Amino acid sequence: MVDHAAKLSDHVWSRYDRKEQWTRYAVYLATLIAIVWAVRDIDIFWPWVWDAPNQIQSLGARMWPPRFDTWNAIFHAMLETVHIATLSTMLTIFIALPVSYIAAQNTTPNKATLWLGRFILVSSRSVNTIIWALLFVAIFGPGVLAGILAVMFRSVGFIGKLMGEAIEEIDRRPVEAMEATGASKMKVVLYAIVPQVMPAFFAIIILRWDINIRESTVLGLVGAGGIGVLLQGSIDLFAWQTVATILLAIVALVILGEAVTSALRKKVI
Amino acid sequence: MLEITNLVKRYGRNDPVLKGLNLSVDGSSVVSIVGASGAGKSTMLRCINRLVEPTSGSIKLNGHELVNLRGSELRHSRRRIGMVFQGFNLIDRLTVMENVLSGRLGYVSFFQALTRRFPQTDINRAFNLMERVGIAHYANKRADQLSGGERQRVAVVRALMQEPEILLADEPTASLDPKTSQQIMRLLQTLASEMSLPVLINIHNVTQARMYTDRIVGMRHGQMIFDGAPKDFNQDALDAIYGGIESPEEDSGEPQHQTAQEALA
Repeated sequence: MVDHAAKLSDHVWSRYDRKEQWTRYAVYLATLIAIVWAVRDIDIFWPWVWDAPNQIQSLGARMWPPRFDTWNAIFHAMLETVHIATLSTMLTIFIALPVSYIAAQNTTPNKATLWLGRFILVSSRSVNTIIWALLFVAIFGPGVLAGILAVMFRSVGFIGKLMGEAIEEIDRRPVEAMEATGASKMKVVLYAIVPQVMPAFFAIIILRWDINIRESTVLGLVGAGGIGVLLQGSIDLFAWQTVATILLAIVALVILGEAVTSALRKKVI
Repeated sequence: MLEITNLVKRYGRNDPVLKGLNLSVDGSSVVSIVGASGAGKSTMLRCINRLVEPTSGSIKLNGHELVNLRGSELRHSRRRIGMVFQGFNLIDRLTVMENVLSGRLGYVSFFQALTRRFPQTDINRAFNLMERVGIAHYANKRADQLSGGERQRVAVVRALMQEPEILLADEPTASLDPKTSQQIMRLLQTLASEMSLPVLINIHNVTQARMYTDRIVGMRHGQMIFDGAPKDFNQDALDAIYGGIESPEEDSGEPQHQTAQEALA
């Protein structure tokens, strides 16, 4: 009995073995080096940083009180912003769904289409909306069309990727059952896959619409329509009181969008 | 009449799962196929409707060769083969009626399938069959709100909607409690005689195989080692099929495992 107890007390346990422990120390060190390196390399002009509180105060004073005399123009620009977000989200669906179908491993017809799908998704996602907007402003000229296309091109990657993942996560058994009835490929998709990805589809579309509203507010900075055009114009004219109103309006719109999307989410899911 | 001759199935370069299987089933007989997990029961059943591609051999349904069919020919043949699965394989988010009517997908057009506008004869047939198995009052309920036994009834009705010439059942009772599984077995038995439909049932439960089927086929390592009436299925046959294999009931994940293998192959 005593022997047994002595044996038990000899058990040694630690969460990480020696090798894992050294790996952890190495990761800590690497992180530290990266931070130090970055801070030393980016060349901050420190006097400006120390001057920042004064600048904030002065800018605040120039913005106060917000001027509401142009509220009509701001309101219309806001509507335009929402329209850009809504239209581009809607149009994206028609492109993103086929792309997600060929980018999902379990539905793609062959290797070539799989890589084509993935290529479309990656290239769409790796370019920011603002950069797409710059490109389309150069092609189509400034305006709403360039904005819609820019938001669409970025959204295809987002919706396509998440829908592709939703398709890959489906339960395969209904697919098997539908194949066994002698249904064609498209009917199998319609009955065994579509119902399974429906909840994910609505969640993704609502989320992307929400993101697109926020993205549409900055499109105008490069001339692609929406509230950003007014914002840029007011900054250029040093009309800081109008800038304040526009910023408030954007905050209000984002909060409103948040409220609407969370209500929608509760409804459909 | 189903005739399987010299059926071989091999996954990749592994040992064949089915090693030259011969089996013929005629008329309205209910045949149970017993064997340990990995004996090839599920693979054999899936070769018949070509969910699994046979490596070689011949499978004839009413004189019609099923191996080597492609595209629409394959789909037309599949319409005549109903299948019931261990996991029911219903579409959970659709209603019972939609699940039942999905048995007609091989017959209706894509547009009819999309808009759920099935021919009146199909709808009548659906209600008749649902009443026959006692689920007609669930028509508009979502499939995932039903109990296991009810779900399997939906699956049976879906298979019968195809107007099949043969019904395949892959462990139809393995996910059900003992009482419900007896009800499903009895249902399959009576439906087979009512519709003079041959039924092939993969089953782990030897007692139920004895009780509800006309003929027992025993498989081991991809070969048929017993074929006879339930009364001839004695201890020797049981030992030959399960002997040296520990508790065959334990692993019921066989079909999924094999489809996963197929996906990799």
